[in-house]
Amino acid sequence: MRIHDALSGLLLALLAVAVLVTVSQYPPIPGQNVGPSAFPGLVATLMLGCSLLLIWRGVRGERRPLVVLGGWTKSTPHVINFLLVIASLLFYIFCSEFFGFIITGMVILAALFYALGVRTVLILPIAIVATLVIHTVFYKLLRVPLPWGLLQGLHW
Amino acid sequence: MDLLTLAAAAAKLVFDPYVLLVMVCSAAFGLFVGAIPGLTATMATALLVPITFFMPPVPAVAAIVTATAMAIFSGDIPGALLRIPGTPASAAYADEAYQMTLKGQAETALGAGLVFSAIGGLFGTAVLIAAAPSLAEVALKFSSFEYFWLVVLGLSAAVFIGSTSVLKAIIALLIGLLVASVGLDNPGGYPRFTFGNTELMGGISMIPMMVGMFAISEILRFVVNIDPPARILVQRLGNVFSGMWALTKKYPRQILRGSVLGTAVGIMPGAGADMASWMSYALSKKFSKEPEKFGTGHVEGIVESGAANNSALGGAWIPALVFGIPGDSITAIAIGVLYLKGLNPGPTLFLNSPENVYAIFLIFIVANIIMLPLGWLAIRMATNILRVPGNILMPIILLFCAVGAFAINNTVFGVTITLIFGLLAYVMEENGFPVAPAILGVVLGTMLEENLVTSMIKADGNPLVFFERPISASLGVLTCVILFWPLASWLVRRIRARPAH
Repeated sequence: MRIHDALSGLLLALLAVAVLVTVSQYPPIPGQNVGPSAFPGLVATLMLGCSLLLIWRGVRGERRPLVVLGGWTKSTPHVINFLLVIASLLFYIFCSEFFGFIITGMVILAALFYALGVRTVLILPIAIVATLVIHTVFYKLLRVPLPWGLLQGLHW
Repeated sequence: MDLLTLAAAAAKLVFDPYVLLVMVCSAAFGLFVGAIPGLTATMATALLVPITFFMPPVPAVAAIVTATAMAIFSGDIPGALLRIPGTPASAAYADEAYQMTLKGQAETALGAGLVFSAIGGLFGTAVLIAAAPSLAEVALKFSSFEYFWLVVLGLSAAVFIGSTSVLKAIIALLIGLLVASVGLDNPGGYPRFTFGNTELMGGISMIPMMVGMFAISEILRFVVNIDPPARILVQRLGNVFSGMWALTKKYPRQILRGSVLGTAVGIMPGAGADMASWMSYALSKKFSKEPEKFGTGHVEGIVESGAANNSALGGAWIPALVFGIPGDSITAIAIGVLYLKGLNPGPTLFLNSPENVYAIFLIFIVANIIMLPLGWLAIRMATNILRVPGNILMPIILLFCAVGAFAINNTVFGVTITLIFGLLAYVMEENGFPVAPAILGVVLGTMLEENLVTSMIKADGNPLVFFERPISASLGVLTCVILFWPLASWLVRRIRARPAH
């Protein structure tokens, strides 16, 4: 996904202005002239300058559409792959506590293996083995409290 | 403590069965990750960090140093066999090595990569050992002014060296600095940009962020890649060590030049092994007696830049250990680990725990020596490693990233950070914004703010104080020259061009 320089410049300029507005409300340190707002304020000011320069350059440069999507966006399987990677992490963020790590991990791996065209007979065995190996490394060896979720009663 | 007792103390720390086991495992991991196209040495480091989080300081550093050294070498393997460099540091001579493979000299190409990587690595280490302690003594006298200038110098070097668009590199750096200002860790102790979220009070956790920027973005690039996979030239590889002694005798000057240049490039902030390898390949061609042979399967350039990219690793650790300023994105990650382990980099590290510093030196030496047998094994198994299918590997890495990000604070908030920064890095790279300046900005942001604010309070409104002390004055002038050079040369060009119109 290629975003036109003028557009990314505009977005960055908005970010810089938002930061400047936010830091203007920060309280100063009594008796000092520099406080918590000084550094982000300075960075945001520089950012504003650079983004204006980027807009100027983008406008002067060759005419291109504002957003050019990569070649892969025309191929449905690749779009699904991309969304699936993001969905996997979202699934982990929102559901790992409830389902537990083992179920979450197996679901994520199986879904991605399927989408990426791993041979069907291999999908479940590899998903199960890989999840259990990662679980053992982090839960047993590194003592990370991975959630058990639905499998709470079975924990080992 | 004198040098001998220090060395003995360091040896005791390093030659411990646990540390050695960690080194062998991370070496195998580094060789594997480096040999897979699309998985970079930086990614190897980022993936290792969640694991090192649970180790004592010395093995944690050992894991990182060993894995990166191995990954930088093993990037040569797919470069030679598939013409796809395994890591960007091997990109400079991947074509050359592939041409040698086509001529049936794959073992010479890979052997040269291995042997001269180890030699270059040892050279970089020697410079690190010689320079770091004496630099640390100078650095002890530094005040906030010198540190301020050093950080600015480091960041501007990161922006100006090796970026195609300086403007975009500056913007990437500024994004990193803004990310660094999130949280309570600031002069007023005021919660900045937390949006009322208590998890953001402590700032954005470095490890989940790096895992996102270096691993998730790579996974995203893999799953949308529409190019068909490359075919391996399957063939039996002969003895990779044969003929290496002859090459050493034939190209001593090239080996030395590559090592010196690599170390020097490594020391410069913002430029690491990738840059070192490109520059010394170009230099090798320029000074070669037979430049016409370059690109047709000629080993000379591989000898020189193979030495350069590994020596850059040692070089990059000099500013990292002495000043806490990373030389490239790998040492940026390593510095994050040092802080987590309480080994805060800086000159006081050399005073308070010199045995740890010498242990790091020793780790470098051991890592470069075990590279020879382990690298030999990796080359023997190369065709098997290259057959590991990406569509099985990448989902597993994704799950590993999620768990690693979770494990740092045991909250899923880490996974959220990983996702956000993975997407950010993906979009940035697609649009020509380099990621390395952003990472340096995040790592150095707190240090920059601290020294800037302290200096400004000391200066009390008089900017000339920033130039009062001799070292800070020279650093300041140097920084200003680097910062304003492009602007000045652009103005001069405009003024000269004007009368012509």
